[in-house]
Amino acid sequence: MEPLIHFRGAVSLLGRFPALAGVDLDVAGGEIVLLQGPNGAGKTTLLRCCAGLVPVVDGTATVLGHDLRRSRKAVRSRVGLLGHASGLYDELTVEDNVRFWSRAAKARPVDVDAAMAQLGLDGRLRDVPVARLSAGQRRRTALAVLVARRPELWLLDEPHAGLDVDGRDLVDRLVGEAARAGATVLIASHDHDRAVAIADRCVTIAGGIVVAAPVPEVVRAP
Amino acid sequence: MLHDALLVAGKDLRLEARSRVTTNLVAPFAVMVLLLFAFALDDADVLVSATPGLFWITVLFAALLAIQRAFSIESADGTGDALRLSGLDPAGVFLGKAGAVVVQLLALEVLLGIGVALLYGASLGGPVLLVATALAATVGVAAAGSLYGVLAAGLRIGATLLPLLLLPVVAPVLIAATQAFIAAAQGVPGEGWRWFGLLAVFALIYITFGIFAFESLLEES
Repeated sequence: MEPLIHFRGAVSLLGRFPALAGVDLDVAGGEIVLLQGPNGAGKTTLLRCCAGLVPVVDGTATVLGHDLRRSRKAVRSRVGLLGHASGLYDELTVEDNVRFWSRAAKARPVDVDAAMAQLGLDGRLRDVPVARLSAGQRRRTALAVLVARRPELWLLDEPHAGLDVDGRDLVDRLVGEAARAGATVLIASHDHDRAVAIADRCVTIAGGIVVAAPVPEVVRAP
Repeated sequence: MLHDALLVAGKDLRLEARSRVTTNLVAPFAVMVLLLFAFALDDADVLVSATPGLFWITVLFAALLAIQRAFSIESADGTGDALRLSGLDPAGVFLGKAGAVVVQLLALEVLLGIGVALLYGASLGGPVLLVATALAATVGVAAAGSLYGVLAAGLRIGATLLPLLLLPVVAPVLIAATQAFIAAAQGVPGEGWRWFGLLAVFALIYITFGIFAFESLLEES
């Protein structure tokens, strides 16, 4: 089976600094993969490359069948990225934000309502401007956008950050549900124990290269 | 493209309705500029004859604030990345952003029109030419402003750079709109419609350019 993410010797630069210095990685469809490694290892850059936001300047990089070196923009509408920033408009309410980004992604209204209910945003929080939310509530709102969009590839950068225990459990549940629905999930997290519990396997990155990545059965050659 | 344009314009106008930046900051700023011109010139005849130019200079100053605001919200807290990942047609984003600026500026121009009539004692002749000129000039300024606005938004010195980039580019709008208003006030609309033609061409060029170039500029911002 063709891997959904296929990187061979992938190089990406932040200015002149090689944030990815030759990454080799295969991820099969439906897998939940944990990216682990120290700060500055290249986890966030790898996620942003997969989202088509950061260019890959050397090597091979294919995501969802798109060659990132040729057409990285083509992959964008098919992935969902939960980054360090929320990607929300402060002055708009929770509902305005979720509906705007969901409609931009042509999500079904029924999915938008369901996502808001799932994230606990259908009550009094619905009409609160995002600027007045706590960090955890912002995270929940950003997650609601992701859930409503139903992307094929979830890219989660520290998804548990800023959330209380209930919120962290909810993230784990959402990731599991997404994978069961056929989505692929890449998680970068320092919350090692929690992330390991939901991941199918772990990939370790250091100095911009993958230093340990067990190859999954589905990707191995017959 | 049109669906995306309407979605983005609706979002920007809703954002403005909630934050009230144009109502509470840009409009008072524009009225204050009109007042300062009145104090500085301090002569009723001079003020009346200079009204078209002062009106459009004030509109351009206010447009700078509105455009800066329209694009600063797209670079805060990851909204720029979210926009790139959203699947929205970049041409639709351009038309939506420019459209929302047009709506805000037109509302401001109505206020300024009342302002110059009350403060300067200016008469509003040739209403059809005035309205057509205001529409074409505003669309031109918003389209050109949206192109330079997205270019400046990602830069550390964007707020300083935008006026330096935009004001020379929209100088033809200032000249043509002022001349068309003068022609309308003097009751020679034939002369004014020629200036309107220039404004329409300017707007058309920047809308077309924006539709094709906005994606690259958004990528670089």
